[in-house]
Order: sequence, then structure tokens, then C-alpha cells
Amino acid sequence: MSAVVNEKKLKVVGTRPDRPDGVPKVTGTAQYGADFTLPGMLWGKILRSPHAHARIRKIDASKALALPGVKAVITSADIPDQKFEYIGPERVAVNFWHMTRNIMAREKVLFEGHPLAAVAAATPAIAAEALKLIEVDYEVLPHVIDVDEAMKPDAPLLFEDMITRGIEPPPTKPSNISKKLGFKLGDPDAAFATADEVIEASFKTAPVHQGYIEPQSCLARADADGQAELWSSSQGHFVVRTFTCRLLGIKTGDLRVHPAEIGGAFGGKTVVYVEPIAVALSRKSGHPVKIMMTREDVFKSTGPTSGASMTIKVGVMRDGKIVAARGLFKYQAGAFPGSPVMNGCMCGFAPYDIANVETEGYDVVCNRPKAVAYRAPGSPISAFAVESTLDLAARKIGMDPLAFRLKNIAKPGTPTVFGTKLQHAGFAETLQALQKHPGYNQPLGKNQGRGVALGYWFNGGGESSATVHINEDGTAVVATGSPDIGGSRASTAQMAAETLGIEYDRVRPIIADTNSVGYTQATGGSRVTFATGMTVINACNKAIDEMCARVAKLWKIDRADVIWEDGCARPAGKHAGEFEPMPLKAIAAKRTATGGPITASASVNAEGQAPGFSAQFCDVEVDPETGHVKILRYVAAQDVGRAIHPSYCEGQIHGGVVQGIGWALNEEYIYDKNGRLENAGFLDYRMPVASDLPMIESIIVEVPNPNHPYGVKGVAEANIVPPMAAIANAIHSATGKRMTELPMSPPKVLAALDS
Amino acid sequence: MAKQHVTTTINGNPVEYLCESRQTLLEVLRDELHLTGTKEGCGTGDCGACTVNVNGRMMCSCLFLGVEAQGKSITTVEGIANGEKLHVLQRKFVEHAALQCGICTPGMLVASKTLLDRNNNPTEEEVRYWLAGNLCRCTGYNQIIEAVLDAAKEIRGA
Repeated sequence: MSAVVNEKKLKVVGTRPDRPDGVPKVTGTAQYGADFTLPGMLWGKILRSPHAHARIRKIDASKALALPGVKAVITSADIPDQKFEYIGPERVAVNFWHMTRNIMAREKVLFEGHPLAAVAAATPAIAAEALKLIEVDYEVLPHVIDVDEAMKPDAPLLFEDMITRGIEPPPTKPSNISKKLGFKLGDPDAAFATADEVIEASFKTAPVHQGYIEPQSCLARADADGQAELWSSSQGHFVVRTFTCRLLGIKTGDLRVHPAEIGGAFGGKTVVYVEPIAVALSRKSGHPVKIMMTREDVFKSTGPTSGASMTIKVGVMRDGKIVAARGLFKYQAGAFPGSPVMNGCMCGFAPYDIANVETEGYDVVCNRPKAVAYRAPGSPISAFAVESTLDLAARKIGMDPLAFRLKNIAKPGTPTVFGTKLQHAGFAETLQALQKHPGYNQPLGKNQGRGVALGYWFNGGGESSATVHINEDGTAVVATGSPDIGGSRASTAQMAAETLGIEYDRVRPIIADTNSVGYTQATGGSRVTFATGMTVINACNKAIDEMCARVAKLWKIDRADVIWEDGCARPAGKHAGEFEPMPLKAIAAKRTATGGPITASASVNAEGQAPGFSAQFCDVEVDPETGHVKILRYVAAQDVGRAIHPSYCEGQIHGGVVQGIGWALNEEYIYDKNGRLENAGFLDYRMPVASDLPMIESIIVEVPNPNHPYGVKGVAEANIVPPMAAIANAIHSATGKRMTELPMSPPKVLAALDS
Repeated sequence: MAKQHVTTTINGNPVEYLCESRQTLLEVLRDELHLTGTKEGCGTGDCGACTVNVNGRMMCSCLFLGVEAQGKSITTVEGIANGEKLHVLQRKFVEHAALQCGICTPGMLVASKTLLDRNNNPTEEEVRYWLAGNLCRCTGYNQIIEAVLDAAKEIRGA
């Protein structure tokens, strides 16, 4: 891997140009998932379970089918069943037996909102009417919502044959515990015995929704010859293709998925819900079918992240050294296995150099929608517990919480609980940047408090592809397979312009459909600027190599004697100075005479990603009469490696922090005694609005990743990890009360104040 | 059900359409008139993604019936620019990176324009409260607020 390009040489990277897709998004012409139509299109709607847990005895759709304007009805009988097996690395394993049941219930419905039939009809009104005519005979079963309740031996079972994985010998009785896992470093028991102080506390977090403003929507068209097309809003149209093909038994090459603009996702659009159903309905009806979820559907049946129950124990010396730590993490998976508890176990203590650590995790099913990735999945949950406990430890020994964390911060070479050693610098630098913020030492008023917390995220690499076309006028089209959630077209174009040595506005980045560019994993894990960026740079370098070879021919010298500098081919070596440098535009103009179109593709399975790290403090004021917590100031420092487009890096930090503020203070699912969601709308779910917030202050820290030509680490996720604990710690400072349950909503804070 | 005939003005153009009396203006705009710039985020008036301007007032088009548009003047995001010249708010949203995914942007723009048409010198707090009915999940609102304040400054010629 080549060294990181020196900052002084950069012309485009690090600047703040307008995003290439800005104008369509401010004029209303950008097409999102719900904005596509086709001639003859039908409207699909989905019948959802009113029960949290019930056996499906019978579904009778005959009356719906008889309604004029109804063209097709499907149930799970129209979708092939899948083999029960976990596929892929444990941290992100997929089981299609579960997935097919999540998109369309089979034997049982497992949560309110669980799909069990779908119709396609000429108008939305007819489709809605048809749903009412589908008769379902349910045997309602006892349900369980809470994770601790679900783990009890007498809890209602979602799967009567589920034996916990990860325990040897395997248990003989089934339970709702899908998996047990753990990590260990050193000898925690012995180390706890040597500690001056041991602090232990238990915590609960509520499941929270990603809260993207665009509900899942798609348009499908299936032809009689087996080919199909999909327009859908997702974080990865290749993932949509893989899952939809697998679930419906379609050959991969026969399904072309077009990436719509995506109206927010945050992890929630890495899986499929409506796409396979729309394709199945289109196949059965012979017409294109559009499905749009309602907001209620989104809340009731798409993934939140897990709620959790956790216990943390830390042992510290009076000088501030942490000698031992232990974490017990029980995460709700929702109706099917697959919570991010493994991430929680890995990330919780990752910011620190602790010689003796043990983490234990449980993945637990319950009658809620299946958990899906949400920004640094798993890490914010465990961080709330760990960072709250560390705050208690710092208080116990009377140490400043930032100084305490800096004393214990992990450095390159520090072993982690999950077995590898930290490879990258940046943690201490980020903490120091936060420490230097003038607000950190400012005095606070009555009922006000300051809190600190840190956050770790792996960041991602993985598979990405790009194709670069050098056009005859010296412009370049860069096609990638990465949906642009938050400005990645801009960073892609900047890296391409930098590498090719041309102006930013001469690069046109596009996101190509599944059949027009190489396979690319989803936009997620903070991987796009790193991994897709790397493949764009590689493709540009291939194009440069091709252009240099063509110039060598024109000049009748060896390829080795042509170099690329500042967007020009230049003679070098023994021919240095013999020819005028030839700019990209001139080379492009001669393409026909020198060998035809100049195009280069590259694909990578990128490795060498560096972790994301964020350090934050906030000031809050607690209203003693109402329990309302007001955020007075919020400062977030984050190591991004290098900021390709600083404005979009800052935007990621602001956005992650504000989602964290909502998680901390407002957001939760409220279920009635029948397991039905009572707040399935934005009004009652109450995400943060503009008037709730101050300006979030971001500090971009740049400790370049040596494994990326421009030093990129990733920016999207580490920022959501600290806020819940930072706010809880600030509330403690303001009131002397320790909040251990999220959300820290006014009634809970008031109860704590009165206790 | 017999459809209703509606005569109205949308983005300065005289428009006639037929709609069912139960159809919302949002459905009419998107499904009948193919003006898909106005977005549906919730359908219950809680997110502001479908905000349009009706006779100078901002309105969630999901809470407004298509038939109510009779005789009114409606502006959607498609009607903010002057030909190929962007409105200053549109330009400032792009310059300030005030959109990440962009789904809330049409509603934010219509709401912000309605504010600046009334008050071209709002405080940060006034902007925050004016836009409190427009949810954005990506940006944390910083850059949106900055863009609106900067646009106001340019409108004032300051």
C-alpha cells in the first residue's frame, strides 16, 4: 500500500465544493423510492398482524380476489421456504429461514405489524379495501416484549425448538436465548481483587428506530421470461438483489436493481421488506407493482435497534488506572435472532487500555420487529452502560472524567478484548482536542451539569467497484455501486479529481445499477469513502496508466519514461523535457487514434480500515419542576482520518449526535398489555426537532489512516456512540442523581429527583 | 365515487384536475399531477416533508384535501426557482451542505421561504421554532439553520 498523499499536495481533497446532486435535491427532481411510476402500474399493499404473537390457522383471500380491480394476492405459500442455516461471519450472519419469515409470516406471526399477505390492485383504495376482505384465523398466543422477561425459563417461546447457540454442552430445553457469546482478556477475577475501588451498576436501554424520513418504497416489474427490474430506496441495491433473488429463487443476472435516491436509512435499509413482495406480486399479476410503506408500517414492522439490559463492573486504582472490567450485555433481537450484541461486547471497552476484561452477551428474541443495524450497531448501547460506569468510577476516586479517560486510553499496540491489537493512533489525539475546547472549563449555573463520554466504532472495508470513463472533452464519469446517503458523490468526485489531476466540476459521479457496475456492498459501516473511495482511486490510476501508455506511443518512447503529474502526461527519465506535457483533455481528444475509448474499472475487497473514535462533552440544565433536560451545549470531537469534504464530515457528526440526543432523552416504543405499539407515529415517538437543540459544535480531528491514499478512516458512526452516556453523566453532575434507564424522559428524571 | 373538478393555481400555472373527495393534496400532487418533489414522510402532519405554501401560508399537504385547493394559489418545491436560476435558499442549502439525504429538503425549503417572505431578519431561535414542524434525521439541523440565516442575510443585502 502506498503512503498517504501529503496534505500540502492536495488540491481538491479537503475543500468544500457543492455536491454534484445538490440541484436536483433542492428543486424536487431527484427521484426517491416512491417517485417512480410505470404504465399499467398496480398498487401493492400488505396485510399485517394485529397480534404480537399468534399461530396462523388459515388465510382465506377468496373475497379479496373477487373484488373488482384486485389483480393478485400472495401469502407465504407463493414464496419458497429456505434452509435453516447461518451464513457468513458470526458478527453479521444471515439466516434465510428467518428472513423469509420476516418478510412474510408462515407458521406464526411474531409481532404486531408482521406481514402475512399482500395484494396488488388498480388503485391504492381498492388495495386497501381488499386487505379488509382477507380472512385470517389466528390462535392468539401469550407474548413477551421485555428482554429480561423473555430470558425467564417460563417465558412464552417464539420458536419452540430454539436451542441456545454458543453453550457447550448445548442446553436440552428450548428458550428465547438465540445465542451466548463472550470475550476475555487477562484474568479479571484476580485483577478485581487488587483494585482499590470496584464499581458495579446495571442499565437498561430502550429500542429506538432509525427514524429515516422516507418510508421504504419500491417499484417492481417482472416479465414472463423470468427477468425483473426493481427501483428501490436502499443502502445497497446489490444487497437488495442478492436477498430478493435468494428469497424468490431468481437467477442473479435476471434481476436488475436501480438505486433510487435514498431518504435516510442509518442502517435500517440494509435489509429487504417490500422488494421481494413487490416482485412476487408483479410476477403473479403480470403488471408493474409499487409498494409504499406508511409511517405506521415503518414503526411497527421495520427494524429498530435493540433494547438492552446490562451490568458493568470496573476495578480502578486510586491513581486512576483501570485494572479490570466486566460487562454483561443482554440485547433484544426482536422476532428473529440477530441483535448486534457481539458488537456491543467488542466495542464497549475498546477505547481503553485495560489488561483484564471480560464481556458476555446474550441475543434474545421477543415479540417486537426484528432489530436491524442502526448507526454503529450495538456500540452505543454498551457504551451507555460502560461510559456511565466509568463516570461513577471517576467520581469515586475524585478524578476529572476526561483526565481519567486519557490516563487509560488505548494506543497503537494495546490489546483488545476481542483478540487483536489496536493498530491505529487517534484516540488520545481526539480526547486532547476535546480537552482543549474552551468550553470544557467554563463554569456552570444552577441545575446545570457537564458530562463526558467516548465512543468507538470499527469502521468498514469490504467489496466495492468503480468504473471511470474518460470522455472526449476531458471530463470523467465515475460510476460506483454505492448509494449516496449523505454526500458521498461529492467525496467520490473529489478523490477522482485529485487523482486524475482535473477540476472537481469535470468529474461526474453516478451510482450505477446492479447490471452496470461491479458488485458493491451496502453503504454502511462507514465504509464508502474508505472502500469505494479506494476503488475509485484505483480505477483512476488504471485510466492514468492507460493514458500514459497512449502518450508513450505518440511520443515513440517507453511507457516507463512517461509519468503523470498535475493532470498531465510528462516525459521523464532520459526523455525529461523533450516533449510538452500533454494534459488529460488533449489525450482524451486523441482517443480514437490511440486505441479507442479510455475506460478503466477496478474492484476491491478493501482491508486496512481504521477505527472511528469520538470524544464528546455536553452541558445540560435539568428543570427541577418538570424533569425536562435541556441541552445547553454539545461539543463532539471525532478522528475521521482525513476529511475529504469537511462540511459533510461535520454534518455526519451533528447528525449522529442529535440522533444520540433523541435516544438519550425522548425515543422509545410504548407497548400496551397486548403487545401493540401505542406510539407508532412521529408525533408520539418524538424525535428531536430544531427547537430542541443548540448548534452542535464539531471538532474534526485528522490522524490519517496509512492504509488509504488520502488517509480516510470513516466518519458516519462513532459520533452516535457517546451521547447517551455523556448526557446521563451531565445529569448526574447537575442533580447528583444517576440515571440508569433510557430514555431519560421528564417523568423518569422527575422520579429520580424525588427519590 | 364521482370525482370533483378543481380549478387552482400551482406554481403560477393555471391547473385543472379531477380528484376524489377523499384524496389529499399530497396524493393529487404526486399521483395525479406527477409533481413528486413534495414528499410523504408520515401522512399525519408530523414530519413536514410534504409542506407546500397555500395562499402564503405553509401547510402539510397530507392534511389538506385536493378539493380544498379550489381557487387557491399553491407553491411546491418545484415552483421556488425562477427558471434555471435557483432561489437564494436553494443555493444556500447546497452551499452549506444543509442536506444529506435530501428527503426533508423540499419541505424545509418551502417552510423556510414562507418564513423569509414574512420576515427577512429572523433570529436563530425564530428559525428553529419556525422549522420545528419539519423533521430532519440526518443533519441535526445545524447547517439548515445556517443556510436559512445566510439566505436571509443575502435577501436583506447585508
